[in-house]
Amino acid sequence: MRLAAPEGNLIELRGVCFRRGDFRVFDGLDMAIPKGKVTAVMGPSGTGKTTLLRLITGQLKPDAGSVRVGDYEVPTLTLGRLYEMRRQMGMLFQNGALLTDSNVFENVAFPLREHTRLPERLIRHIVLTKLHAVGLRGAARLFPGELSGGMNRRVALARAIVMDPDILIYDEPFVGLDPISMGVIVRLIGRLNQALGLTSVVVSHDVRELELVADHSYLLAEGRVVASGAHRELMDTDSPLVRQFMHGEADGPVAYHFPARDYGDDLFDRDQAHR
Amino acid sequence: MGLIREIGDTLVAFLRALGSMAMFLGRLLMYTPAGLLRFRLVVHQVHNAGALSLAIIMLSGFFVGLVLGLQGFDLLARFNSENVLGGAVALGLIKELGPVVTALLFAGRAGTALASEIGLMKATDQLSAMEMMAVDPMKRVVLPRFLGGVIAMPFLVAIFTAIGIFGSWVIGVAWMGVDPGVFWSQMQSLVSMDDVREGIFKSVVFGVAASLVAVYEGYTAWPTAEGVGRATTRTVVITAVSVLILDYMITAALL
Repeated sequence: MRLAAPEGNLIELRGVCFRRGDFRVFDGLDMAIPKGKVTAVMGPSGTGKTTLLRLITGQLKPDAGSVRVGDYEVPTLTLGRLYEMRRQMGMLFQNGALLTDSNVFENVAFPLREHTRLPERLIRHIVLTKLHAVGLRGAARLFPGELSGGMNRRVALARAIVMDPDILIYDEPFVGLDPISMGVIVRLIGRLNQALGLTSVVVSHDVRELELVADHSYLLAEGRVVASGAHRELMDTDSPLVRQFMHGEADGPVAYHFPARDYGDDLFDRDQAHR
Repeated sequence: MGLIREIGDTLVAFLRALGSMAMFLGRLLMYTPAGLLRFRLVVHQVHNAGALSLAIIMLSGFFVGLVLGLQGFDLLARFNSENVLGGAVALGLIKELGPVVTALLFAGRAGTALASEIGLMKATDQLSAMEMMAVDPMKRVVLPRFLGGVIAMPFLVAIFTAIGIFGSWVIGVAWMGVDPGVFWSQMQSLVSMDDVREGIFKSVVFGVAASLVAVYEGYTAWPTAEGVGRATTRTVVITAVSVLILDYMITAALL
């Protein structure tokens, strides 16, 4: 079954609340991910970007609100239905998360071996095609430990698309890469989305790289969407908070200093009550 | 007041851990029939757990047998009954030392390896990645390792016991000059089938306990380097204590 998409939005979050202890990570979050596009979700560290992904994939349940992926209402799914939904999703983890005891070929073949009973020749065919798409067909017999960080992520990308998913989710795909690997990943995100007819969600805080791939961007802060629109529009916005983030200014609405007591009091360890 | 509260807190934490481990075992047992169908995964893990522990278990078994031979001979010689050495050693090994010492060695060798392997897979997001590929890590990673340990343990116990008996033979017969015919016939007449069954029963129970603790600690480990280290240590400590307690309970119930 393919994921149906009413109104052109493949993923929709409505009024999502999520609490971690006393801390409200999300407080009435609304978001729509259009089908066939690359959508960027940005935000300063600690605004719950990874939590958002886990809500979409059903690894976490919201305290209130609705998370819809295609026809699936994610928080209400049983484990079996959840796995059914996830077969139509691919996810790229920050560090690749490849199985360290299998080589590159077996890593990419893993979902096929688990979910299908294809003959070995066909598996070989599919795996090598996907590896070729990320430029690593020659590395099929290497182990994850022998690859660089960027190559690890490309193998993980090949694994994420091996079941031909409808949705591809990237968790911080640009973190810790050299400029060349970064360029490769940027190119792959755009190309795969187009060639495979995917819907992509890219969670990241690398504003400049996202500019090259994102059709639509969301900016998260303080548990809500504070801005959304085409990437260019966000760059030229008047809102001080959005400006600060998009242009990487050190001080602004998000203060440079972590909340603290008075500087002088702290230095000389004066207690306010003693004065 | 503080002391009472601390004792209470510890007790509650202990019971909670016991409960969650029991639920974990329940889930594993529920998946077991389907898990056994993926025979190759299980066989691979039997080989992993068994081969890992085989050398250390054979070596330890031999030396335990040597010591039992020496101590047993020395003790029995005081009553002029060194002839029963074979039977005495065999009873001790089959009913107690075989299952207990094997389980302790298994925890130290295979148990720690299982816990740290699963813990590291968790820390590096490999388990989350499986979940995202619609593969249940409980079925794909935890269950085969658990079953592998459970299946391997009785065989390891049998090997340990056999080599231990050989060790005591080396001391008693080859060195101290006990008559070999008497050594073996005493063993045959002293050891009943019930004793062997007790040993097998214990080895199965300890196999379940040692494997369960190892996979549980790995799976619930805090996903950091420190968490994985703690999980490995806890595996050895918890297995050792629970095997000794279980051993007492089984022995008391069967005698």
